[in-house]
Amino acid sequence: METAHRARDGARRAAPLAVAVGTFGVTFGVLAHTAGIGKLAALVFSVTTFAGSAQFAAAGVLSAGGTAAAAVLAAVLLNGRYLPIGISVAPAIRGGRLERLLRAQLVVDESWAISNLGRGRFDPRLLFGAGLAIYLAWIAGTAIGVFAGGALGKPENLGLDAAFPALFLALLSLRLRDSPRSPLAAVLGGLVALVLIPFVPAGVPIVAASAVCLLGLRR
Amino acid sequence: MSTAWTVVLVVSVATIAIKGAGPVLLGGRELPARVIGVVELLAPALLAALIVVNAFSSGRHLVLDARAAGLGAAGVAIVLRAPLLLVVVVAAAVAAVVRLAT
Repeated sequence: METAHRARDGARRAAPLAVAVGTFGVTFGVLAHTAGIGKLAALVFSVTTFAGSAQFAAAGVLSAGGTAAAAVLAAVLLNGRYLPIGISVAPAIRGGRLERLLRAQLVVDESWAISNLGRGRFDPRLLFGAGLAIYLAWIAGTAIGVFAGGALGKPENLGLDAAFPALFLALLSLRLRDSPRSPLAAVLGGLVALVLIPFVPAGVPIVAASAVCLLGLRR
Repeated sequence: MSTAWTVVLVVSVATIAIKGAGPVLLGGRELPARVIGVVELLAPALLAALIVVNAFSSGRHLVLDARAAGLGAAGVAIVLRAPLLLVVVVAAAVAAVVRLAT
């Protein structure tokens, strides 16, 4: 019972985000169409990849006339951050190898951030509940975008693109007292990203900023 | 196979592998203390980078737009100890109004 309760708790905490993620899923469905990605391919993309920014990047490269290799590179660079994120949540993902592989797919920025208990620990049930809620919203949104298309307004008109940095700021405010060095890591991480944005492909600033955590190796 | 399907399938396989690597290789075990020290700092570093990228960038361009106003409003709401949902809603509302006005 406790398990189901905590998973529901995760889903509830993720609900406002699931709405925002769903509307971006709609946008992705519409954009995929303009990028020449067919209905089925767009849906398969959201079901198997479940990484919004990477999917947007790949569609963006294709619609700008880029090659398949350029689209793949952009998406993989954007998803590079899921390597350190995956290592950080590894203790919270249990079960056999296949089950761990599948559960790991539900980890996205938002579910990772929501289930962070501080001091490097993650709540497995919050991680699962929040991830599942956001996953279903992403797929449903993509389906609506693919089939109902342009009839809906852009999420930007509702300010929903501002929901993501706001969420991350709120979650950062909870993490600043984990360690005496947490505020320094936040400042450095933000600075690294800010400085790199104009010079490297999208996605690299986030991966580079995550390297700041290596400060933790020093005693 | 079309270009679109090639991209979809290659990115899917790559993402599944990237996301799965940590949990499959290390899953269910406690991380060593030194790694915990690193993971503990991953949260603030990565969250700060996600804030910067999501609020101030558009592709490779640094931009200051309605999202920044939304983020500022979120900051105020957080200082006033507003619950998470309210923080997110306030940010979206302020960004929408600023966008409408500019």
